[in-house]
Amino acid sequence: MALLEVKNLGISFGGLRAVNNFNIEIEKGQLYGLIGPNGAGKTTVFNLLTGVYKPDEGSVFLDGENITGKNNIEINKAGIARTFQNIRLFKDMSVRDNVKAGLHNQYHYSTIEGILRLPRYFKVEKEMNEKAMELLKVFSLEEEAELLAANLPYGKQRKLEIARALATNPKLLLLDEPAAGMNPNETKELMDTISFVRKHFDMTILLIEHDMKLVSGICEELTVLNFGEVLAEGKTSEVLNNKAVITAYLGE
Amino acid sequence: MKNRLSKQTKNNLITYGIVVAAFILVQIMLSMGKMSSLMQGLLVPLCTYVILAVSLNLTVGILGELSLGHAGFMCVGAFASALFSKCTQASIPNSGFRFFLAILVGAAAAAVFGILIGIPVLRLKGDYLAIVTLAFGEIIKNLVNVIYLGRDSSGFHFSMKDTMSLNMEPDGEILIKGAQGITGTPNDSSFVIGIVLVLITIFIITNLINSRTGRAVMAIRDNRIAAESLGINITQYKLLAFSVSASLAGVAGVLYAHNLSTLTALPKNFGYNMSIMILVFVVLGGIGSIRGSVIAAVILTLLPELLRGLNDYRMLIYAVVLIVMMLFNWSPKARALREAIAGKFRRQKKSQEEV
Repeated sequence: MALLEVKNLGISFGGLRAVNNFNIEIEKGQLYGLIGPNGAGKTTVFNLLTGVYKPDEGSVFLDGENITGKNNIEINKAGIARTFQNIRLFKDMSVRDNVKAGLHNQYHYSTIEGILRLPRYFKVEKEMNEKAMELLKVFSLEEEAELLAANLPYGKQRKLEIARALATNPKLLLLDEPAAGMNPNETKELMDTISFVRKHFDMTILLIEHDMKLVSGICEELTVLNFGEVLAEGKTSEVLNNKAVITAYLGE
Repeated sequence: MKNRLSKQTKNNLITYGIVVAAFILVQIMLSMGKMSSLMQGLLVPLCTYVILAVSLNLTVGILGELSLGHAGFMCVGAFASALFSKCTQASIPNSGFRFFLAILVGAAAAAVFGILIGIPVLRLKGDYLAIVTLAFGEIIKNLVNVIYLGRDSSGFHFSMKDTMSLNMEPDGEILIKGAQGITGTPNDSSFVIGIVLVLITIFIITNLINSRTGRAVMAIRDNRIAAESLGINITQYKLLAFSVSASLAGVAGVLYAHNLSTLTALPKNFGYNMSIMILVFVVLGGIGSIRGSVIAAVILTLLPELLRGLNDYRMLIYAVVLIVMMLFNWSPKARALREAIAGKFRRQKKSQEEV
């Protein structure tokens, strides 16, 4: 059984059919790509999967659990984490606190325990700090742990966002254009990071991307969206040679 | 990691230290008789303002929402606790214990109002939220002005018209008399209690900020959408921060009410002027900086009184100080200068240590 099973997903905004009859099946451990020209509805699909929008029709199953129409908090708890196309870090918080905010639902103590500094506060905070540093080390950000997130260079901000998403302990990680705005060197490094994350955390990843080099380099399977509809899907090499896909990208 | 924790703790300790040092200084001046009665009368209001500024900083600096109704919550705390103290004056003769209960009553009442007002208001953002909180603050003040409450052998009587319509027995006692407010509140506040409450407020706010809850609140402030995607419950944490802030404003109200024998809701003490003054403390002290709020509240409260002798120039100097403080806290050049000075001190200290 696939980890993520999406059937017949659709949503309209007013008269605009943003996503129509979208199907996808992702197996555990897969690195799956979602590509398409601008305005094809890729990010809308992400927003539907993470509960930002409620789908008009269709169903989403994660690991056998029906998460259709649940809100984003419930979906995060069910095991989907995401990053954003335009980076959304907590700018005025330290790098470590960004990750610790991601750990929010993994470690618990009550507000009262926090205010009165009861023993559990110290115990849990220590665990959180250790876990956060462990994650930062994976992305070689441990040196910058005390910096404000806003002061990180661009490439590291991207990494921090992935680290923060992983802190919620997801089953499925959604990356929305992780290479946007990166130079070729940074993209190369990012590709390595993504492959590493996949192996190290045994993670299933769904990735939106424009950079064809990155897509063909690391994704095994692709789905191509155009005008909210699936244009093609299958093995990366086959899809990228598909005539309809080339037309959609390059024109007639 | 240890370094950072100690840095945080050190920061907090400095804040506590400043408050305690100020307390000791005042006590010394009092014992030497060097303090005018005017200044003595200012001590408890000073504590009130500090509590208000620190608690508003939770809403403005940490939650990142501009609230202009803080004086309204202070009003709720003041009236709820004054009413409580007046009713229980006979049954609880121990003034310390009664005041302790009054604080709890005031804090709880303000927290309830914080939640009730927060539920609709926190759906708004930015300027809209500021305007609506301003309105709620005024509504609270004006409502309090038309409440008549009396007590006689058959229980409580309530009216919103006048004392006659309370229909009380002749031996009844009027507790709240509309615009004339509550008279005869026991004078339970003192500077010592005020300082203790200031310390407790700072303790609650700083510990809240540096905890799991505080991180969630700050995450919401920095990026709501990202916070939601991490499974942080936006409504719950916004409401929590807002009501904690309101309930501490209520505590300030309790302190304020028990320092006066007659409590009335005037534009001067619970109106929007007051709310804006508290906001001025917070902004000038540095948004998000607890210590800054404390210092700004003290300086800006004392200054007009200290300059009383200069009479005509008083407000002029006050204005100049406002501008200088603003520049000192916010202009990038002043910040750089401040850091340079701090760096110099650090280097000196280091070289001294090496010697």
